[in-house]
Amino acid sequence: MKIHHKSVDSILSPLSPLVAPTDDQPRNPFTDTRVAITGGTSGLGLSLVRELLDRGAKVALVARSRDRVECVVQELPAAHGVVGDVSRKEDIHPITMQIVGALGGLDVLINNASDLGPIPLQLLGDTECEDLERTLATNFLGPFRLTKAMLGSLAASARECRGAVVVNVSSDAAVIAYPRWGSYGSSKAALLHLSRIWDEELSSEGVRVLSIDPGDMDTPLHAAAVPDADRSSLKRPEVAARELADTVAAVLSQRTEAIVQEEIG
Amino acid sequence: MIAARLPVQRPSNARVLIVDGEGNIEHKARSEFAELLRPDDVVVANDAATLPASLFGQHSRTGRRIEIRLAGRDSLDEIRYFSALVFGEGDFHTPTENRSKPPALKRGDRLELGRLRGTVVRLLNHPRFILLQFEGSPQEIWEGLARHGRPIQYAHVPTPLAVWDTWTPIAGRPVAFEPPSAGFVLDWSMLASISARKIRFGTITHAAGVSSTGDPELDVLLPFPEPYRIPRSTALMIKHAQASRGRIIAIGTTVARALEHTAAVFDGLVPFGERLATQRLGASSRLRIVDAILSGAHERGSSHYELLRAFVDDETLSRIDHELNTRDYRTHEFGDSVFLERAAHQTRSAPRSSAAA
Repeated sequence: MKIHHKSVDSILSPLSPLVAPTDDQPRNPFTDTRVAITGGTSGLGLSLVRELLDRGAKVALVARSRDRVECVVQELPAAHGVVGDVSRKEDIHPITMQIVGALGGLDVLINNASDLGPIPLQLLGDTECEDLERTLATNFLGPFRLTKAMLGSLAASARECRGAVVVNVSSDAAVIAYPRWGSYGSSKAALLHLSRIWDEELSSEGVRVLSIDPGDMDTPLHAAAVPDADRSSLKRPEVAARELADTVAAVLSQRTEAIVQEEIG
Repeated sequence: MIAARLPVQRPSNARVLIVDGEGNIEHKARSEFAELLRPDDVVVANDAATLPASLFGQHSRTGRRIEIRLAGRDSLDEIRYFSALVFGEGDFHTPTENRSKPPALKRGDRLELGRLRGTVVRLLNHPRFILLQFEGSPQEIWEGLARHGRPIQYAHVPTPLAVWDTWTPIAGRPVAFEPPSAGFVLDWSMLASISARKIRFGTITHAAGVSSTGDPELDVLLPFPEPYRIPRSTALMIKHAQASRGRIIAIGTTVARALEHTAAVFDGLVPFGERLATQRLGASSRLRIVDAILSGAHERGSSHYELLRAFVDDETLSRIDHELNTRDYRTHEFGDSVFLERAAHQTRSAPRSSAAA
């Protein structure tokens, strides 16, 4: 689990100064926190849906396949399922409307949906332009558009000291030039830099934008990229989900501690 | 004035007419709005996103084509019951007041609106104003609205509006039926500039209603009751401004309506919470909270225009009208703006105590 910029310890809310923990029984930072997760029907996304529901969050998940969304909602009826494709511009506002409408706002957005690019992986010289465009649309433009559409909700969340965190799920391919990972790696590199800039720009609004690399996981995406990988060497997605949730919890806890201090003060 | 026909939220040549508390008028580029603000001011905007409240479909009993425009609901959380206006065939290219009538509507009539299914619960004292009940789970209703609905359109904007045309940059919960368009002036750069100057910015979420029903009998009832929510952070900002004599500046008529409604209920205080605004502000209203308003350049006779009479007297409004007309200001949602300080003789009444909120 790598956070690509700014350690969580350094993350301060500009609206609510961090104070030292004083509560012997820390609050669960996810209680009633409103979370949206894209790519929420498989791999890390599905594990995050389960993990965050377990932690008391109100969760909406987004995925392209109606059948899979309905299947997850049948298993986890507390989750709000939204059918949509983040790579399609026309889907962004309908997705946003359903999430924010159903949850009554938004505190945490996890841009997890990812497109691997051409399968099997190709050298850049053999990559069709359309394949690269599709990868960028899902991994880069989609998170940008969705975050932009939800920025009003996130800023409102920050003003109300509820948290306001965007997590862009990244990869070591964003920083290491692996041959044949050109589409995926360059899209994740772009997303990483977008995250860094947005984190700087939104600090005055109290919205945090994190880029988190969960590590190599035993997921359908990894299996498509490396079919002959030794699965026993890969991280279980539920483990990665727990680690990612802990990271977000650390940011949210700072908000909780600030509220406690305000109430005491 | 001339109608703003292009759905551009922040045209580079947008203007703002400014009236100070003494009635003096000047003109500025609207992009300079932040320069009108002073330290200790609190700026409050409506962060409602706009629902795609126009739903085309069929009246099942007669098979005739209809358009439904959602117009109101009792709370921000309500998703099943809406008050709604019903129109017959045609679309926004025909001015609302000239639209054809729908078939005679009766209690229990079923309406097919894309994937959505609804029932006329009852008529609301008018043949085409109904209480509508949607069928299905909240998930199905949200999906139906998001996928089938279109923003309410305007005859003066020839290009069909997309949803994103109607969302302000700060749009959050989708609860408005028409855009809180005064907020089009805002962008994130302006908010950063405001923040850097230690001017506080807060929001309320107010379900802005329809601006026109197409029927004079109904238009006189505008604005309909509108639910709104004042968050704790905004309530605290207002409390501090009241204590420090900072100005409270409303971005849009919906903010003025909400804050003054709460102040009327709580005798000058503005505690946080959700409420239903039922009052109309006008010439006889006593403003308790809002010191200045940024609003659109509205036409005489509209409910928005009536609200401005709470800020300035009719003589000043006449001078404003003259300036807007002779200088070709653009009216309607995507038009220019006015910034009115409350007339100096209308001093803000002190709250009952400073202990609330």
